[in-house]
Amino acid sequence: MSEDNDLERMAKQIADFFRVYPHDEAVAGVAGHIRDFWTPRMREQLAARVAEGPDGLDPLVIEALGRLQAEAA
Amino acid sequence: MAVAAEPDFGTPERETDKTVSLEIDGQTVTVPEGTSIMRAASEVGQPIPKLCATDSLEPWGSCRMCLVEIEGVRGTPSSCTTPVREGMKVKTQTARLEKIRRGVMELYISDHPLDCLTCAANGDCELQDTAGEVGLREVRYGFEGETHFGANAEAKDTSNPYFDFDPAKCIVCSRCVRACEEQQGTFALTIQGRGFDSKVSPGLGLDDFFSSECVSCGACVQACPTATLMEKSVHEHGLPTRSVSTTCAYCGVGCSFRAEMQGDQVIRMVPEKSGGANEGHSCVKGRFAWGYATHKDRVTTPMVRDKITDPWREATWDEAIAFAAERFKAIQQTYGRDAIGGVTSSRCTNEEVYVVQKMIRAAFRNNNVDTCARVCHSPTGYGLKTTLGTSAGTQNFKSVEKADVILVIGANPTDGHPVFGSRLKKRLREGARLIVADPRRIDLVKSPHIAAAYHLQLQPGTNVALMNALAHVVVTEGLVDEAYVAERCDTLEFDRWRAFVSEDRNSPEYLSDKIGVEAEDLRAAARLYATGGNAAIYYGLGVTEHSQGSTMVMAMANLAMATGNIGREGVGINPLRGQNNVQGSCDMGSFPHEFPGYRHVSDTAVRSLFEADWGLPLSAEPGMRIPNMLAEAVDGTFKGMFVQGEDIAQSDPNTRHVTAALEAMECVVVQDLFLNETAAYAHVFLPGTSFLEKDGTFTNAERRINRVRPVMPERSGLSEWETVCRLARAMGYDMHYGSAAEIMDEIARLTPTFTGVSFARLDAEGSLQWPVNDAAPDGTPTMHVNQFVRGKGRFMITEFVPTEERTNRSYPLILTTGRILSQYNVGAQTRRTENVRWHESDVLEIHPFDAEERGIGDGDMVSIQSRKGAVSLPAMISDRMPQGVVYTTFHHPVSGTNVITTEFSDWATNCPEYKVTAVQVAISNQPSDWQIEYERLKRTHYRSTIEAAE
Repeated sequence: MSEDNDLERMAKQIADFFRVYPHDEAVAGVAGHIRDFWTPRMREQLAARVAEGPDGLDPLVIEALGRLQAEAA
Repeated sequence: MAVAAEPDFGTPERETDKTVSLEIDGQTVTVPEGTSIMRAASEVGQPIPKLCATDSLEPWGSCRMCLVEIEGVRGTPSSCTTPVREGMKVKTQTARLEKIRRGVMELYISDHPLDCLTCAANGDCELQDTAGEVGLREVRYGFEGETHFGANAEAKDTSNPYFDFDPAKCIVCSRCVRACEEQQGTFALTIQGRGFDSKVSPGLGLDDFFSSECVSCGACVQACPTATLMEKSVHEHGLPTRSVSTTCAYCGVGCSFRAEMQGDQVIRMVPEKSGGANEGHSCVKGRFAWGYATHKDRVTTPMVRDKITDPWREATWDEAIAFAAERFKAIQQTYGRDAIGGVTSSRCTNEEVYVVQKMIRAAFRNNNVDTCARVCHSPTGYGLKTTLGTSAGTQNFKSVEKADVILVIGANPTDGHPVFGSRLKKRLREGARLIVADPRRIDLVKSPHIAAAYHLQLQPGTNVALMNALAHVVVTEGLVDEAYVAERCDTLEFDRWRAFVSEDRNSPEYLSDKIGVEAEDLRAAARLYATGGNAAIYYGLGVTEHSQGSTMVMAMANLAMATGNIGREGVGINPLRGQNNVQGSCDMGSFPHEFPGYRHVSDTAVRSLFEADWGLPLSAEPGMRIPNMLAEAVDGTFKGMFVQGEDIAQSDPNTRHVTAALEAMECVVVQDLFLNETAAYAHVFLPGTSFLEKDGTFTNAERRINRVRPVMPERSGLSEWETVCRLARAMGYDMHYGSAAEIMDEIARLTPTFTGVSFARLDAEGSLQWPVNDAAPDGTPTMHVNQFVRGKGRFMITEFVPTEERTNRSYPLILTTGRILSQYNVGAQTRRTENVRWHESDVLEIHPFDAEERGIGDGDMVSIQSRKGAVSLPAMISDRMPQGVVYTTFHHPVSGTNVITTEFSDWATNCPEYKVTAVQVAISNQPSDWQIEYERLKRTHYRSTIEAAE
């Protein structure tokens, strides 16, 4: 979908802001931001992209998505 | 009979706790120290005749009309220039004074045309009134002034589109000259010549008003006691017969005006001295550019069409609303509940915005509501809420009077927020120091009697680096207000931030090349901000419209907290809001993740409150922002949009993407005054109401809630909020209000910061600054006084992350966009006024070296090409641009400025990065492909065109 790259880029931008924080806080910050501001569909699309494999994705974003999925489970 | 003006006490009020008691004509009076005798007398109902004095200006003492006798004082001093003293005994009326005043008036009248009955000021002339007050019965020197009538008459200057200057009627009181200096700060006027040859002159000898430096703020017209400077509309129609107090609908300053009327026709808009935001001042837009409200382009009948290539078909309200509702419902049945959404407008009232977001949440049953603040100040909301706890500026405008150091970042107040700009300039003339951080040399950097101590001419996109460098100096040179931070801020967060900004990579020396400013200047500016007394930050879209817009807002909050510059008058962080109700539209729950009052939709307690009041369950998930809606429309999953008073096809970035999204939708509903660019892609047009027809409130950049009152009936026959209620009902949600006041009552019931707000209270008190609740029953002019709203101030680490938009050999220049004084945003309003005479088209400002390299001359048509598209504009060579940076505005749709801006946006809020687009500029002799296509689409999409202003 045309949005994928945008979502990846947006997620990386969020990660770029929180990266400077201690790791746990950074993961929580990225996860919290995506939870608070992204629609469920956007979160699902990003999760689907993560499920395809980590190539090109920011590790902090992957970890944050994992945390969100764990919270939702 | 003319409408009653506000009382004029002759000289300004003095603000001090010390008082002085004196006796005036036997009455004991107690007034603040420094008050003039004239004002003291006026306050006890003993007004003294005057001509050169008015309470918006400092006393001048030239007319000799206001003389008084003071016991123990020789002569007859002028009461306007003589301050009160303890125990003073004053006589305002004696035989001697009467004789002197009458004699002086005789001299005035001997050189003034006595065409009173046919004069535009007849009935509203202070000279006429004063002649009556002093009992003028004869003029021994004759009435034949040399330059009044006939062949010797000095020609009227009618060059300004809004007012005329008739030198024959001038009494050389200098009120206009002083208003231009003291109130406006432009210094465009002067008195030329001596004695009988003295006359008011705009600028140099050959200038007329239009060609002079005059900015048409109207202060001179307002100050003139005769018909010398008079609105053309009064010349044409006569004096107004009634007036209604209301609020300007242009920028976020939110000036109070008296709409002076004859019947339902506006004769003039007069700024109100009692207006908290403007205190009697105005700009060319609010004062004069209101003609759009009755422009022939107004569409006042609902219209529908099946396809956007069909011609519009007029419809009844019921038909149009049913058409929109059926389409929206059909879309939801086919594509799902989330396939529709809407956008609220920062030009509409709080009440109108509130009902749109309620319709979307309750009738559309999703949270797909966003607002045009998305593309301007959304980072302000995020950044200030994160650091300080509330999504709003910290001060009132008056606070600037107590600032000692003023840091203006990414704002151009003299153009974008001119009335505040004048207030700021006044403080600078009084001695406050100025730091400007802006790639362009904006007017504030150097203008009459003002020079910035530092102009940090940074590279676009390096704001955060700049702030970090300033913070580095504050922290490493021991300039932190340690006691303030220890008492008021989260010390763990502060310690982390201190360690971060202390790193060498945040030093001015390290960042200087990136920022494009000498390290020494960065250090000096930081020292001035931290040690120069009360330091206040004022900022605009040059801060927010970046990929790090939110980071930058937090970086400014960090700096202000570290230096103890929040929580009292004269300091603070002050967003200069672009539109009249940006603050209000955000307050009213226009964001997809927040209910009114900035409370997250996932908060069960808050959601339950709204569910109980609105009578249905609400979504706990954030909805789509505007860019999400557009992206999903292009993807084919978002199909319907309600657009309230916004023109996303012109104002939002990457125009081709926006129009592709609009074209992909099955139902676009536009509620607006005009068939704007977005309406070209709409299926339903619902006529909106101008601010002159609205009943409601606007909230300005100081959180001031002002009343907007209707001065004429809705031209469409229906208020905007009622239209929205009807659409909500047609969608299946029963939404009813009896009046706009009832909507505000609901807002107050559900929003803790608005608890004490009601129309009745606003009508009684003029305005209120939120929060207005039990903790602050009279409102809150200054935020965070004893503690931050969030409790402890939160320092955020603000790593500088350069934008992904980069220059290279193909796109070597950076384009930045903005607006100018005479025009307003997409120009839908101002292009339909005489303001077009100051700005007939957008131009590209380019540095002389960049122009020379490309063989570009002033006025040449040039092509501006970005990675997204190209447009052609005339070039304007200007050394106020730095090399490598070009600038344009987006006031004219045919310019297509946003064809070239990109989809890059702020990391936290998706506010577009309008301020950084890599471009190449080259000579061109034709419009761009997009501009040719735009002209073609006028025929197929039934765009409206604007002819001559009316």
